[in-house]
Amino acid sequence: MAKLTIADLKKIKEDYHQGLREGGFRVKITVHMGTCGIAAGARGIMNTIMEELAKSNLKDVAITTSGCAGLCSQEPMTTIETTGQPPIKYTALTEEKMRKIFAEHVVAGRPVTEYALVAGHETTY
Amino acid sequence: MICAGTGCVANGSLKVKDALETELIKRNLQKEVKIVLTGCNGFCAKGPVMVVYPEDIFYQLVKPEDVPHLVEEHFIKGRPVQKFLYTPPADKNTIPVMNDIPFFKHQVLRALRNRSLIDAEKIEEYIARDGYMAAAKALTEMTPEQIVVEMKKSGLRGRGGAGFLTGLKWELCARVSGDIKYILCNGDEGDPGAFMDRSVMEADPHSVLEGMIIAAKAINAHYGYIYVRAEYPLAVQRLQLAIESAKDHGLLGKDILGTGFDLDLEIYQGAGAFVCGEETALMASIEGKRGMPRAKPPFPAVKGLWQRPSVLNNVETFANIPPIILHGADWYASLGTEKSKGTKVFALSGALNNIGLVEVPMGTPLKTIIYDIGGGIKNNRKFKAVQMGGPSGGCIPGSLIDTPVDFENINKTGAIMGSGGMVVMDETTCMPAMAKFFLEFTEDESCGKCVPCRIGNKTLLTILQRITNGEGREGDIELLLDLSQQIKDTSLCGLGQTSPNPVLTTIKYFRDEYEAHIKEHRCPARVCTPLVKFVVDQSKCKKCGQCFKACPAGALKWEKGQVAYIDPEKCTKCKSCIKACRFWSID
Ligand SMILES: Cc1cc2nc3c(=O)[nH]c(=O)nc-3n(C[C@H](O)[C@H](O)[C@H](O)COP(=O)(O)O)c2cc1C
Ligand code: SF4
Ligand code: SF4
Ligand code: FES
Repeated sequence: MAKLTIADLKKIKEDYHQGLREGGFRVKITVHMGTCGIAAGARGIMNTIMEELAKSNLKDVAITTSGCAGLCSQEPMTTIETTGQPPIKYTALTEEKMRKIFAEHVVAGRPVTEYALVAGHETTY
Repeated sequence: MICAGTGCVANGSLKVKDALETELIKRNLQKEVKIVLTGCNGFCAKGPVMVVYPEDIFYQLVKPEDVPHLVEEHFIKGRPVQKFLYTPPADKNTIPVMNDIPFFKHQVLRALRNRSLIDAEKIEEYIARDGYMAAAKALTEMTPEQIVVEMKKSGLRGRGGAGFLTGLKWELCARVSGDIKYILCNGDEGDPGAFMDRSVMEADPHSVLEGMIIAAKAINAHYGYIYVRAEYPLAVQRLQLAIESAKDHGLLGKDILGTGFDLDLEIYQGAGAFVCGEETALMASIEGKRGMPRAKPPFPAVKGLWQRPSVLNNVETFANIPPIILHGADWYASLGTEKSKGTKVFALSGALNNIGLVEVPMGTPLKTIIYDIGGGIKNNRKFKAVQMGGPSGGCIPGSLIDTPVDFENINKTGAIMGSGGMVVMDETTCMPAMAKFFLEFTEDESCGKCVPCRIGNKTLLTILQRITNGEGREGDIELLLDLSQQIKDTSLCGLGQTSPNPVLTTIKYFRDEYEAHIKEHRCPARVCTPLVKFVVDQSKCKKCGQCFKACPAGALKWEKGQVAYIDPEKCTKCKSCIKACRFWSID
């Protein structure tokens, strides 16, 4: 890996945001995998998403992980972002709930209101 | 506040921001009106959105060409512009947005700024959120003196417990000459109930590394350690990966970002002793010696690790540093109270509905944290007290719930800010038993070097044990107070100096409970088994039968419409019935 310069840092940042917008992904699923999430079963949720994704043959869904989302008592949690819509956080997931969310929100684009906690990002400075 | 979430930026919110800036300058309002960019508000479909404070007016679908009109009407004439006002959708069945939910509404994320937004294992994601831009600024545009000045001006105080001014600590070390210095990060996090630092290391390890690079430049260190307890395997793994990828990208190691500055970092895994979190013990532990505190001075800034000048900061302290350098000291100091600036991360645990990790501005009332963010007490019980600062801290009773949470006000109550653990207790907690729990911990964790800490804490524990066993004696309270003061005054390190705090504060606020144990042989919370009679109070029993359903031993006799009765022969004293009874009818 070539050593970065400051100009490279800026470029990585721009490319990254460009990529998010134009990279062809319609949906981004983030599974919150801090110690609390993993203990509550986040790995099982991740596996469920992978299975559903494989079954669905969708090519425009990105799956990623992130740390604790702050509400440890409601883990496992995921955040699902579709282009042009605010991210939606789902809490206290089970495999069944996740399968339903996948079918309705990820595939059909309709957020599952009954399992959703909140829409939007948090205030960061 | 203008939304700079992905959706709004795509809809042109940054152009609106530029237009607003230009217009404010034109009208000479740039000093009175401050523009802040926020994360997504959850209204992307109506973007670009902006919120004007203090009136809390929400505008939607704002275009750059509308800005002059909006400034004229709102900021000069003080009339909100109807056309852009947000109208709530008629549809009731929508998902709430962040500001509708108290858990999120009262939080401001600085140390946790990347929470749930990035993949901790991908350095590009950190960089995409301005990662390493602060390090780049510090390495190219700032002298060590300028970094120190900025840090001092920001008012950031160490988040590891003592609250020492970070800028001042760096200045003391920067002034000492020496070609070898060390920058150290304290990720020991030993107090029960705390998991703030673990979460930062797991979710955003690069923010710690970047903070360390900036500190290293300020004191001129080229080598450093991150001390993490081995019980945090995921934190260790993610930090390790972060260090490797930072090295691969030229963000650690030789000639960082082509600036000629070198810094190597290494992880040291501690064995998980509480006392190893103390700075001199931590350094001894890295040197391969037994983790025991030593007397100060010499202070670590002068003689630290391997007798070299060193700076040790806490994980959360480091995570706060990049945004301070990037956005400036004034920005940082704009939140918080007079002597406690910025935000603080707290780990909420215990009898709350929402258990988790939260970050709030300093000075947020305890009540907001417990009732709004924490969602109140579980099972509709009553809030009794909160233990802050773990075993070194103290309890704050329900009567002081309006206390603003900052270093000064928390210290006034007898508790300490500590590293941010908040254990919330309801009326089913017995305070002498709680004090005993923490004393068991400190007695166990004392390194044994000083007599007052080693023997004194053991004696405190013995007295607490007899009180909770129903064998308390007249004069025990005075004995506890007296001995506590002596331990505080004569112990060498912070462990001994603070270990009596749980005892002192529980006596200060709940002396009647101690007296009930000693004089009346009664545990008001029905926790101390030897003091519980296991008899149903006939006058209080509401005949609901909940105790009957809860009893696993068949000891409870109850029939519909009848007062319950406990058969002492069969009762195993498991206390299930006491928990089940909503009316405190079992003594
Ligand atoms: C017994 C004891 C345990 C401590 N444990 C920790 C700890 O786990 N993490 C921490 O950051 N500081 C801990 N401290 C405080 C450190 O000694 C030191 O003050 C702190 O790491 C300095 O960083 P800061 O200025 O950024 O707060 C402990 C202190 C004592 C006396
Ligand atoms: S106060 Fe306690 S832990 Fe601290 S040095 Fe003395 S004996 Fe060890
Ligand atoms: S203490 Fe346990 S065994 Fe005894 S009466 Fe209550 S529930 Fe039954
Ligand atoms: S991006 Fe602004 S509301 Fe979602």
